[in-house]
Amino acid sequence: MSVLVFIESSEGEIRKSSLEAVSYAAALDRGEVIALAIGEAEESALAKAGISGASRVLHAKDEQLKEDNIMAYASVVAEAMEKENAEILVLAKSSLGDAVASRVAIKSNAALASNVVELPDFSAGFKVKRGIYTGKAFVNVDLKAEKKILAIKKNAVPLKEDGAPCAVDAFASTVNEADFALKITGVEKAEGEILLPEAEIVVSGGRGMKGPENWHILEDLAKSLGAATGCSKPVSDMEWRPHHEHVGQTGIKVSPNLYIAVGISGAIQHLAGVNSSKCLVVINKDPEAPFFKAADYGIVGDAFEIVPKLTAAIKALNA
Amino acid sequence: MKILVCISHVPDTTSKIAFTDNNTKFDTSGVQFVIGPYDDYALARAVELKASHGASVTVLNVGEASTEPTIRKALAIGADEAIRVNAFPSDSHFVASQIAEVAKQGSYDLILMGRESIDFNGGMVHGMVAEMLGMPSVSPVMRLDIEGDLAKMSREIEGGHEEVEVKLPFVAGCQEPIAEWKIPNMRGIMSARTKPLNVLEPVEVGEFSVVENYELPPAKGEVRMVDADNVEELVRLLKEEAKVL
Ligand SMILES: Cc1cc2nc3c(=O)[nH]c(=O)nc-3n(C[C@H](O)[C@H](O)[C@H](O)COP(=O)(O)OP(=O)(O)OC[C@H]3O[C@@H](n4cnc5c(N)ncnc54)[C@H](O)[C@@H]3O)c2cc1C
Repeated sequence: MSVLVFIESSEGEIRKSSLEAVSYAAALDRGEVIALAIGEAEESALAKAGISGASRVLHAKDEQLKEDNIMAYASVVAEAMEKENAEILVLAKSSLGDAVASRVAIKSNAALASNVVELPDFSAGFKVKRGIYTGKAFVNVDLKAEKKILAIKKNAVPLKEDGAPCAVDAFASTVNEADFALKITGVEKAEGEILLPEAEIVVSGGRGMKGPENWHILEDLAKSLGAATGCSKPVSDMEWRPHHEHVGQTGIKVSPNLYIAVGISGAIQHLAGVNSSKCLVVINKDPEAPFFKAADYGIVGDAFEIVPKLTAAIKALNA
Repeated sequence: MKILVCISHVPDTTSKIAFTDNNTKFDTSGVQFVIGPYDDYALARAVELKASHGASVTVLNVGEASTEPTIRKALAIGADEAIRVNAFPSDSHFVASQIAEVAKQGSYDLILMGRESIDFNGGMVHGMVAEMLGMPSVSPVMRLDIEGDLAKMSREIEGGHEEVEVKLPFVAGCQEPIAEWKIPNMRGIMSARTKPLNVLEPVEVGEFSVVENYELPPAKGEVRMVDADNVEELVRLLKEEAKVL
């Protein structure tokens, strides 16, 4: 028996969340850990899955798999599960991961748990803990089917970094023409930016920033910290910032080590997207802003004065 | 064009989450239930397509009788008829199986729902339904236009978006800014009372997962305030106490 891990890459490297999934699979201790990468990637980059515990990487690199076609990817993952006799499929929860895992669950007749935050309890059955109610609670579920799919929440499980690069073998998948009913006609993606859902530090701005022309203040702070930038819903609704930066109940759910909220009031729907951050810093001119109740550290004051000072202090620390 | 919109019946986003019966049941006392916010986007887009393309809109909820006020609200927003599959939505496999069954009977051109429900946040039902029906699935969809039998969509990916085209029929998991949430008007509310709401019994589904119990996260500690004139102190705390720098 084996554990298959579907891994995703960004800018030529395996995503941290995918390495967390590989680490999780290794910690399961339920047989050989095999990573599966689909689409274009360098072998030397994929081999690094070994560092997090994979014994080998399968690489499906058919020309038709260059774009992340949900249906074709699901077929490849299900085929690899079958060929490798995998009992468990592990993957990082993501835009593509969710879309693929749900189809694989039906193809492979597997039980699926999404937003998993801990290793399972094998003492009686196969019990996993997963986040529900947008971070406000957890549920322990017993997975009943023979095969299981676990989609792991980001930054929730430890990263293993003490292994060695492993072999990368080509995976010849069957091309199923029907899967290409889905056509990808264009991709627009920010280059060279830290991806918000993957970021270890997030600097986020709300309506208190007054307008898009002021965002450079937050971008400077983000740059000094190696952070991604996020925003509240009204900010993306007003198109001050792109939609993929919108954090909260109806946007991206982040779980970084540090979330710095600037000029965000802390409405419950915003908090729902940030409540699994390890450390929350709030900067707001209103001492009564509800965000302070959820924060670890707070500063009351004008963002336009405080943020540049903070950026300078971080730069001084890094110097 | 026939559109099926699948809606979840979930606690309002401001609800306090608590459990009873030794942490085995969700505590519904004082909780207001609403159409899932993502499903509400799907419904809003369906109602727009109804106006622009002359579509018919059926809403579907898998739930017990207590969900009917939520279903009536969807009718008030502009759906033409409703179906309730009379069962507790125990897990995504179960819900997807019920939706797929209804979809098979109704031969819909478009099956829309939210990218995820805000109670169990699985985000898996759309893909499962599509796979069961042998249809394409696209999620999370931020823009959806129909031109003849072709759908043009924009799908959110980490750090950007992807343009996708697919022929009808297919399944889409929706999110903003696909449409603006719609508030029912008086005429909508009146007419919703007499629109058909058919109750179907569920099909049998094998057991894939069983809830053992629920947990709440540990309580948060007190916030530590730092003086606005002393940001260096914040940096020190983040480095030495929180150890996040
Ligand atoms: C169903 C539903 C879903 C929702 N989903 C989301 C979601 O996913 N994400 C989300 O963010 N919201 C969401 N909302 C909206 C949410 O309720 C709030 O309206 C929103 O989060 C407020 O954004 P904000 O904090 O930027 O703006 P505001 O509430 O206007 O707050 C601005 C803050 O900036 C402070 N401020 C002003 N000037 C300064 C200054 N110079 N320096 C420092 N501070 C300053 C003010 O004191 C205030 O606290 C949702 C709402 C609903 C009903």
